[in-house]
Amino acid sequence: MSAGVERDGLDVLDSQDRARFEQLVLPHLDAAFNLSRWLMRGRADAEDVAQEAMMRAWRFFRGFHGGDARAWLLQIVRNTCYTWLEKNRSVDLTTEFDEELHPQPSVSPETLAIAGDNRERLTRALEELPVRFREVLILRELEGCSYKEIATITSVPIGTVMSALARARQRLQRVLAHPVEAAKTGGRQ
Amino acid sequence: MNCELTQTVLHGYLDGELDAARAADFERHLISCADCVAALETNENLRSSLQGAGLYERAPQSLRQKVQTQLGAAIRPAVMPIRNPAPWRYLAMAAAFLLAVFLGWRVLPLLRGSHGGETTLASAIVDAHLRSLQPGHLEDVQSTDQHTVKPWFDGKLDFAPPVHDFANEGFPLQGGRLDVVHGRTVAVLVYARRKHLINVFVWPTSEPDSEPLSGSQLGYHWTDWRKSGMEMCAVSDVSPDDLADLQRLLMQ
Repeated sequence: MSAGVERDGLDVLDSQDRARFEQLVLPHLDAAFNLSRWLMRGRADAEDVAQEAMMRAWRFFRGFHGGDARAWLLQIVRNTCYTWLEKNRSVDLTTEFDEELHPQPSVSPETLAIAGDNRERLTRALEELPVRFREVLILRELEGCSYKEIATITSVPIGTVMSALARARQRLQRVLAHPVEAAKTGGRQ
Repeated sequence: MNCELTQTVLHGYLDGELDAARAADFERHLISCADCVAALETNENLRSSLQGAGLYERAPQSLRQKVQTQLGAAIRPAVMPIRNPAPWRYLAMAAAFLLAVFLGWRVLPLLRGSHGGETTLASAIVDAHLRSLQPGHLEDVQSTDQHTVKPWFDGKLDFAPPVHDFANEGFPLQGGRLDVVHGRTVAVLVYARRKHLINVFVWPTSEPDSEPLSGSQLGYHWTDWRKSGMEMCAVSDVSPDDLADLQRLLMQ
């Protein structure tokens, strides 16, 4: 499922496909939009991209051979978002963060608790993260995906999901605890 | 944070992804590792902040509608597939539709004393017959939300059919569609009553308001009325009482 998701090409879809699609895939429209919104960093383009992703999912529905429909759909959503970002905002994809160059200041639970309950601040902090960190956090904490699902959706080996989450969380803590400093040092390279 | 487990196993533990043996190992480790205890607390706080901040953004209604519309458009030119999973619904609808056409263009005009010509009648019935043979005829917009169904009709008709959901009264709205009957585009609202479906055909009329006129044919019941410039005809295999209930709701 993970690699060959869109390989089967265009098929003529029939009534049963439509019924199955409505039953299996359409219920995950919220998940599709949410992921798109966070990858795109805003609602503005998220709706268009989510819509395109739904249509791609529909066109390639024959390539879905059962199993986890949400993960299958979210993989398509992610691919669609990345394609869009490559074309329109490639800097979003090249921004990576190398912890080695930026020693981590310690973060106390208290600092986080104070900072944490603020929706706007969390949104800004998440949007400041490199997309590959942002996506694992969204999938894990908002979408409640398992490591296996995250591995499928983001096309990485399951063994690397845990460390990706560890780094993403550490990075988010840093941004939340020291927003100004993080903005200065954590940005584009 | 010096303990290297804060960068690895701790997260698997937090996420419930460790097997029982590794989880137990880590719990033993926690007893003696202040780094991991602190990091666990920090990460738990972070998690509850993220989950409690209302960050999840649901699909807007406009997206839902666009996707539904596009799916409909994508499939229509192909083989007219069934949009509705249950075959009995299709059969029931085909029968109800035929009946509605029959009633509307033969029985009702007779009752009202305005005769339709034989040719038009024949072609209307043949048209309806052909259309009804094509599956997927039930709903063009499938939604239980009147605020989705009503705007869907905008721009597709030269009149605005009244769209209300009566789920609380036992008649949940299922969706709507357009039909062409007798050369005129009409709106059709689809309601459910337990396991039965009710088609309500709506079109504008210049005739004065009328009390409901009911009848039954081939085991189907229909009721037809005019109010405020709209003529409505509800057809179904539900009981006449049920149909009358819906008619009263629609007439309000």
